[in-house]
Amino acid sequence: MRSLAERDPGTPAARSDRTVSLQIDGLPVQVPAGTSLLRAAVLAGVSIPKLCATEALAPFGSCRLCLVEVEGKKGFPASCTTPAEEGMRVRTQSDALARLRRGVLELYLTDHPLDCLTCSANGNCELQAVAGTVGLREVRYGTSGQSHQGAAGDDSNPYFAFDPSRCVVCSRCVRACEEQQGSFALTIEGRGFASRVSPGPGGRFLGSECVSCGACVTACPTAALAEKSLVALGQPQRRVATTCGYCGVGCGFEAEVQGERVVRMLPSREAQANLGHACVKGRFAWGYATHPDRITRPMIRARTSDPWREVSWEEAIGHAAAELRRIQAGHGRGSIGAIVSSRCTNEEDWLVQKLVRTAFGNNNVDTCARVCHAPTGYGLGQTLGTSAGTQTFASVEQADVVLLIGANPTDAHPVFASRLKRRLREGARLVVVDPRAIELVRAPHVRADYHLQLRPGTNVAVLTALAHVVVTEGLAATRFVAERCEPGAFEIWREFVARPEHAPEALEPVTGVPAALVRGAARLYATGGNAAIYYGLGVTEHSQGSTAVIAIANLAMATGNVGREGVGVNPLRGQNNVQGSCDMGSFPHELPGYRHVSDAAVRGSFEADWGVRLDPEPGLRIPNMMDAALDGSFRGLYCQGEDPVQSEPDTRHVIEALQAMECVIVQDLFLSETSRWAHVFLPGASFLEKDGTFTNAERRISRVRRVMAPLCGKADWEVTAALSAALGHPMPYRHPSEIMEEIARLTPTFAGVSYAKLDRLGSLQWPCNAAAPEGTPTMHVGGFVRGKGRFLPTAYVPTPERTTPRFPLLLTTGRILSQYNVGAQTRRTENLRFCGEDLLEIHPQDAADRRVADGDLVSLTSRSGEAVLRAHLTERVQPGVVYATFHFPETGANVTTTENSDWATNCPEYKVTAVQVARAAGRSAWQREREAMLRSPAGEAP
Amino acid sequence: MNAAKLVAMANQIGDFFAAQPDRRQAAEGVASHLRRFWEPRMRAELLAHTAGGGAQELSPLVREAVEMLRKG
Ligand code: SF4
Ligand code: SF4
Ligand code: SF4
Ligand code: FES
Repeated sequence: MRSLAERDPGTPAARSDRTVSLQIDGLPVQVPAGTSLLRAAVLAGVSIPKLCATEALAPFGSCRLCLVEVEGKKGFPASCTTPAEEGMRVRTQSDALARLRRGVLELYLTDHPLDCLTCSANGNCELQAVAGTVGLREVRYGTSGQSHQGAAGDDSNPYFAFDPSRCVVCSRCVRACEEQQGSFALTIEGRGFASRVSPGPGGRFLGSECVSCGACVTACPTAALAEKSLVALGQPQRRVATTCGYCGVGCGFEAEVQGERVVRMLPSREAQANLGHACVKGRFAWGYATHPDRITRPMIRARTSDPWREVSWEEAIGHAAAELRRIQAGHGRGSIGAIVSSRCTNEEDWLVQKLVRTAFGNNNVDTCARVCHAPTGYGLGQTLGTSAGTQTFASVEQADVVLLIGANPTDAHPVFASRLKRRLREGARLVVVDPRAIELVRAPHVRADYHLQLRPGTNVAVLTALAHVVVTEGLAATRFVAERCEPGAFEIWREFVARPEHAPEALEPVTGVPAALVRGAARLYATGGNAAIYYGLGVTEHSQGSTAVIAIANLAMATGNVGREGVGVNPLRGQNNVQGSCDMGSFPHELPGYRHVSDAAVRGSFEADWGVRLDPEPGLRIPNMMDAALDGSFRGLYCQGEDPVQSEPDTRHVIEALQAMECVIVQDLFLSETSRWAHVFLPGASFLEKDGTFTNAERRISRVRRVMAPLCGKADWEVTAALSAALGHPMPYRHPSEIMEEIARLTPTFAGVSYAKLDRLGSLQWPCNAAAPEGTPTMHVGGFVRGKGRFLPTAYVPTPERTTPRFPLLLTTGRILSQYNVGAQTRRTENLRFCGEDLLEIHPQDAADRRVADGDLVSLTSRSGEAVLRAHLTERVQPGVVYATFHFPETGANVTTTENSDWATNCPEYKVTAVQVARAAGRSAWQREREAMLRSPAGEAP
Repeated sequence: MNAAKLVAMANQIGDFFAAQPDRRQAAEGVASHLRRFWEPRMRAELLAHTAGGGAQELSPLVREAVEMLRKG
């Protein structure tokens, strides 16, 4: 249930340019044609009793409480299903209506417990509120109906409970699961009074099709479906609008709290990224913030084999600064650097890169975008002119064809996936390019028109083949290209892709995709109306990641699918603020706003503001830092909110590099894999503990607001500022809003952003400046950011990673819905009940060849190393390909991935590793070493 | 830094630009990429390693680009 204080107009807003005028209870009101009478009444300030209607869902007309009288019409139409018409005169109150409503409600209450005072919904129950407004004073038939009362509850889900005795069978939950979430997990079983909500298959929530998004719980008007935290703690006292700290969808939430304690996180209806929807992580998996594992005191140690020693903030910061200066004195200015967290706020990311550029005096600053969307930055920068998705999420509602490449949104970007599924149910067509049969290939009421199930590592070949079909079959948007793109570059590209060796038939032996499917998909993309590309790390995390991004941009430009609603090129960003960390200049070659460090004028603007000289040469990227550590020229690292030992590829190489460093400073919520090799531990603050902003995958800047005080006493930005001050570069900000003022002052695309404006408008999509004071929903309208769009030829170069008789399978990696990346947060929540370990998906044929059964522990070996995890037999993967998740450090999935990386950006090639799988004889060597280390005094918190 | 790795990375860059028909532009593309994305010690190491026989490890296009860098 939502708070009754939130206005609920009962039905969704109508989309029409035509308005109609009518009168409701004598009050004049104008609404768009198609608006329900219920909604029109609410907009006129008149509330009508209702139970089955809520704004998020299409009207259903089942409860018969919202009846009204319409002059000149017979009977009592339901206002939720009756559209407003010109000149209508509507009455919402009369004796007849009151009698009817009381009668309906009486029937409900014969079968509903009347223990409101001890009910968790007390005060926010819609049934209770309706009973109050219709003035029901007695229930003539008694209140001992047995249809629902006494029925057994279901508390199998870790986060919410179902109490059928409180169910009024309004179907809001069923419809929320269908319409909002698109999971179709619930049905109403039985008929009449005996009808009952049932999750299928199995009848219990846990183990059913339910993905725990919570939409049904939010939609329920009573306590029939209620958050367990709300049941335990009671109704909240206040709400704080904030933004999810997990993924790049950037859902807006109302943190509902008592004092400083979160009671629940409720998805915000106003937030444009999610429009009232959420996924299991943001909605429920926030308990990690107060988990006992949180480290709340700074710690230092001389050697990584020593136990940690708790110290004061002053001592920790002073020690870190002294060490960094000592290293620089001995090994030069370039011997230290920092990793910026894509989990932290824009303001915090800004400060870390500023610290590196001013106090460290170099450009050795990088972010985890290095391992995910750095190729997006390069590829879109080269072709379109800027490193960002071109659309809003809402744009998908105008798409006719969706080309989904190397992305699995139902797991990784669930709220966007729900929007996409809704559009697909409305009839949009879908092409999936993925080595795995991801859920969207075949989901309830969704079927991909084409699934190009390519061999891992052949994206560029498939994309060039798609372009070949577009060009050679005359499907290119020649007018668009002539007006908007560089003509010479287009000609070179056209000639290149048209070559016979790029035909789908010629590339079929390489990609494994039947040519006819490629041709069909290309024709659909080029001619099916508005065509939008969405892609993920299955595109970027390859040795040709940047080339693939360029190929995607080429395809969109060639078909004229850029620069308006419903089309575009949309990287689905992984982390909550990976877009922001990139925007904030967390790259060794770029100052904020994607401006190269060699640009003297840009440097000059920063130098004038910051009062220092800036280094005009690019700095080291994360993998380069590791390599430089091994040759002794890089010895000090400030690592904020990242865990490279778990998240970077080739774990052993990363550990060797960290071991070679003299001072590793880790700032994090918990001890991490990386902190095992650290000398200084600075406690971090969760997103609930600080103010700031995150920028999501649609360039949307949203506020993060403090719900509780930082457990360690300092927000992350304060820690960075203290370190900078200790290095002789004071950062005297009093509040993150002052950092945003500096960001706006120095970054043209952020010039119009301020906290005041964010408070007023809710969110802003950059560029936000004088030309676009309220932000820019769609990019490249009328012209590309770089002027003319630039085509570039995209030769397919096979990855050096090949299968061999010793390593005959190809491993690709990915995430699942309930766990998040390195899992530091989700592993410390009840989400463990959905998934408690990493799994290796393997085709039954490959498994049979190796005598591996479902659930067996298997060893996964590559030339880099060995991991041991449990096998899951599935035909989602094709023979010859295996797929692993990487959420659990004890698995060590990245022990097996290699040093191969994208040619332009060094983004690691996580998606292709030649491996062998066998039944495991025991734990891997790496697991044994890790356990021994964790058991030693150095592995524990004091 | 590991010279073999740098050589492999440089050749990978060459593979991308090799698709461009104008040879000089392609070599300039590689050189500019190295200048704009490689930290000076990586460039210096590559130049040092390929000053003598190491040059043979580079693809011809990358060799041209490296010569451009050497000339400044
Ligand atoms: S939690 Fe979400 S997926 Fe599960 S039943 Fe409710 S609406 Fe459906
Ligand atoms: S569980 Fe709640 S939303 Fe679902 S039918 Fe019952 S009362 Fe309605
Ligand atoms: S979709 Fe992403 S942003 Fe939204 S609630 Fe889930 S994890 Fe958070
Ligand atoms: S609210 Fe209209 S019939 Fe239920």
